[in-house]
Amino acid sequence: MAAGYAVLLLVTVFVLFGLLYWNTAVFVHEQTEETIEVEISGLAEHYRQAGLVGLREVIDERAQGQRLSLYLLTDPARRPIAGNLNAWPVATVPGDWIDFDYRRPVGERVVEHRAHARHLVLPGGYQLLVGYDIQDQVRLERRMRISMIWIGALALVLGLGSGLVMARRWLSRIDTVNKTAGEIMQGDMSRRVPVHGTDDELDRLARNLNDMLDRIEALMTGLRQVTDNIAHDLRSPLNRLRSRLEVTLMDDPGRDIYRTALKSTMEEADHLLNTFNALLLIGEAESGLDRSKLLKVDLSDRLHDLAELYEPAAEEAGLIFSENIEDGLCVRGQPDLISQAVVNLLDNGLKYTPKDGKLEIKAYTDDMKRSCVEVSDTGPGIPPEDRVRVLDRFVRLEGSRSSPGSGLGLSLVAAVTKLHQGEIVLDDNKPGLIVRLIFPAFTEIEPALSDARGTPGKVPQK
Amino acid sequence: MSAISLDSNEQNPGSNMRILVVEDDKTAASFIAKALTEAGHVVDCAENGEDALELITDTHDVMIVDRMMPKMDGITLVETIRSDGINTPVLFLSALGKVDDRVEGLKAGGDDYLVKPFAIAELIARVEALGRRKGQPDTQTVLTCGDLEMDLIKREVHRGETRIDLQPREFKLLEYLMRNTDRVVTRTMLLEKVWDYHFDPQTNVIDVHISRLRGKIDKGFDVALLETVRGAGYRLHAPD
Repeated sequence: MAAGYAVLLLVTVFVLFGLLYWNTAVFVHEQTEETIEVEISGLAEHYRQAGLVGLREVIDERAQGQRLSLYLLTDPARRPIAGNLNAWPVATVPGDWIDFDYRRPVGERVVEHRAHARHLVLPGGYQLLVGYDIQDQVRLERRMRISMIWIGALALVLGLGSGLVMARRWLSRIDTVNKTAGEIMQGDMSRRVPVHGTDDELDRLARNLNDMLDRIEALMTGLRQVTDNIAHDLRSPLNRLRSRLEVTLMDDPGRDIYRTALKSTMEEADHLLNTFNALLLIGEAESGLDRSKLLKVDLSDRLHDLAELYEPAAEEAGLIFSENIEDGLCVRGQPDLISQAVVNLLDNGLKYTPKDGKLEIKAYTDDMKRSCVEVSDTGPGIPPEDRVRVLDRFVRLEGSRSSPGSGLGLSLVAAVTKLHQGEIVLDDNKPGLIVRLIFPAFTEIEPALSDARGTPGKVPQK
Repeated sequence: MSAISLDSNEQNPGSNMRILVVEDDKTAASFIAKALTEAGHVVDCAENGEDALELITDTHDVMIVDRMMPKMDGITLVETIRSDGINTPVLFLSALGKVDDRVEGLKAGGDDYLVKPFAIAELIARVEALGRRKGQPDTQTVLTCGDLEMDLIKREVHRGETRIDLQPREFKLLEYLMRNTDRVVTRTMLLEKVWDYHFDPQTNVIDVHISRLRGKIDKGFDVALLETVRGAGYRLHAPD
């Protein structure tokens, strides 16, 4: 890669310099020829007007001193008549442009100079050679050629050097990415690709890789937690089940005892399965695995349906049931999970509110345009110090242990709210309990991936 | 749902069905087969999709198909038989219970979807409901059960000469019960088919709706039509 860059740089330098050189040379050459042409036409004019004698005079006059113009006038036999050259330099044909070397006195010394000249034949067979000293030009060209070689060499060295440095820097950064990937494959999921803060392509690559790794890690942690929790939470009821069977077998029970034991075992199994399902649901909601599948949910519609489903049961239980649901509320979410959460709240209300109490379901938009669902009862309520704790799994407060329930209802509600990036607030209904679920404002556009990483459901202390 | 009501069939002779059970778990299959046999049905068993393809005939009234099996899974099996033009109703059994899984099963050609674990009573009720569907198309405009009559076009219900006013949901509930006259329907089935909910409330919400409906169609009449089947659900039934 470095060599490629160097060659490219070199070629560029040569092309640019070559163009400059060529243009300069051509320009100077044209200047010289133009000067010569002007001289020739001037001399020819003299010859026409003043004849050979006039021409000799002019040439001799012009040839005086150290001028750069060169003249030679000869008779048809090429014997010199006038001028500052003493002999015809090379064989020429009239009309030709020629280059030749001649000896020129410079101070004390005589040096060889290059000249450019044109050969002309005057009427009467006289030969005229008019030239110009181009030694300076030759020197300039030579100097330029040497410079070109030096600049080329310099460009090659610089190009190679900087190319190598750049390549090494990029390669080492890519190597870092590879190394990080290797470490992650070895099992260290916490490794991340360093970001240099230069915001170039490699940095963006690193950032995307890191974001991807964060997401994967979060999902993995979620999954691990789910399995850990399920294993932990099911061990004790399974143990209970086993103990019951074991104890039953210890004695020598009769048919009736077997029947009773089997019946309770089956009930326990049912309970276990319910718990298992609830845990799976909580796990699903907590891990946020299905966040990609969140749909537009017509919240008002769903709540109306649920209120309609629960109203008779509430009245049967001697409660005053009221629904106060604003129309047109929407959330982005999983319809079944939201319904299940609200059902859990209504179930709790039914279970804990004494006769002649009130059970109400409300839904409205708050001043931040979030959709709020409120289920309130006039039951015993939850003391402030327990309001965070009851959201944990299997927490059942004193006084509720005698009534049926798994202790998972509110945990599921909390997990569902968290999945929807909402909040769950437990509040005092004075007397009774208010559970408020606050869902983020609905947007038609699906939330971007970066927003979907999940902020934990907040439980403000009141 | 602890007790299985096995006597329901005695009151409905002629409803015996031939059922193909496709399930790779042999123990589970034998339980299902035993329960269905005791309910008066004839049961064939296949261990996987390929075996089922060889066993299936026109005489089967219902198929019970496990979703996940070796060789050929349930979805492929049902897609295959549907493309062969076999319309035998299919009840999927699955350990996969998410909404998407259910939708996938129904899309493949399943008629109902039951998530494991389930109560045997639930399974029998659903299988019998499917069997009935095969014989009786949903094209009737008037449903009857004894002297109870439902006009689906006028959306009116009469018991004898008495007109009964029902709320929309009560109408839907009664319609479902009448379409399954003489069959046990479970609370879960009602929740699914009438309310379109796929979850279990922990309280007796359905029972209360049923008792309200009962108050409207049975109260004040000599014969009660809407019975509770202990440990299973409800049944609309007109005594001979």
